[in-house]
Amino acid sequence: MSSLSENLFSALKGEYPEKIEIIENSNSVIVLDTVIFADVINKVKEYGFDFLVDITALEEERLSCVYHFLSLADHEMIGIKARLDDKLEIPSLSREWLSANVQEREVFDMFGIKFTGHPDLKRILCSENFIGHPLRKNYIVTSRR
Amino acid sequence: MEVNPGESKTVEQQIEKNIILTKLDDLLNYSRAHSFWPLTFGLACCALEMMAAGGARYDISRFGYEVFRASPRQADLMIVAGTITDKMAPVVKRIYEQMPEPKWVVAMGNCAISGGPFADSYNVVPGADTLLPVDVFIPGCPPRPEALFHGLLTLKEKIIHPKVVNKVE
Repeated sequence: MSSLSENLFSALKGEYPEKIEIIENSNSVIVLDTVIFADVINKVKEYGFDFLVDITALEEERLSCVYHFLSLADHEMIGIKARLDDKLEIPSLSREWLSANVQEREVFDMFGIKFTGHPDLKRILCSENFIGHPLRKNYIVTSRR
Repeated sequence: MEVNPGESKTVEQQIEKNIILTKLDDLLNYSRAHSFWPLTFGLACCALEMMAAGGARYDISRFGYEVFRASPRQADLMIVAGTITDKMAPVVKRIYEQMPEPKWVVAMGNCAISGGPFADSYNVVPGADTLLPVDVFIPGCPPRPEALFHGLLTLKEKIIHPKVVNKVE
């Protein structure tokens, strides 16, 4: 744990004492709701995390969208886990982070999470006429042999 | 020099040794079978073995098959080296259709034969033969370059002796 994430965490704890949960260890994770997602992402950039490593999703009882940010100067990494509601919508980061464009398309393809404001949200790995989202737990693979 | 074959036994023997009578189709097939022009095209890890086959250690040009063409218009052999996904399948089919006749297809590796370990996956085509007419199947995961050579030499036999192949079927 070092200065960058400590600064960020204290700022976030001050601003959103109830809506946010921070798990601090060698790979710190901020767990939050989609309501404050956009604000927190802006803060993350402000506090010096300047590289979006990856975007993925996670299905537990509900779906969450997981982001990893890295500081190229300090080599610090944090994760952000945004819990989604039943609408499965989250604001797109593709304006602020260009690399988010294709990664959000992948998450959309595999999990069916809609990124609002994405310029071209269509499937990227599966073909256009594919039905369903293969990494969801309720997806059933039919044998093709 | 004027030669009358009936007069001299030696001349007759020489003619038998040096003139081959055949059909033009057979001659063309013989030539094609000894110099495939494969398409520079790989889908997965089998393509690395194909590249190794082209390198100096295995040297595919010993058999005359080294002219890998970058355009399907100039190629007559498609080596399907790797996994065909649903997304890739229409592209593979289009490349095949762009190749001029006569053309052959070799399915290299388990994925191209049947989908391999991904046969039950949601996005993998279970075998190249579901969309292309495959001539030779080369099993292996991936097949060694020697196996690729064996497959190509089998294809050579198939082209030179099409009737023998039909009998086997």
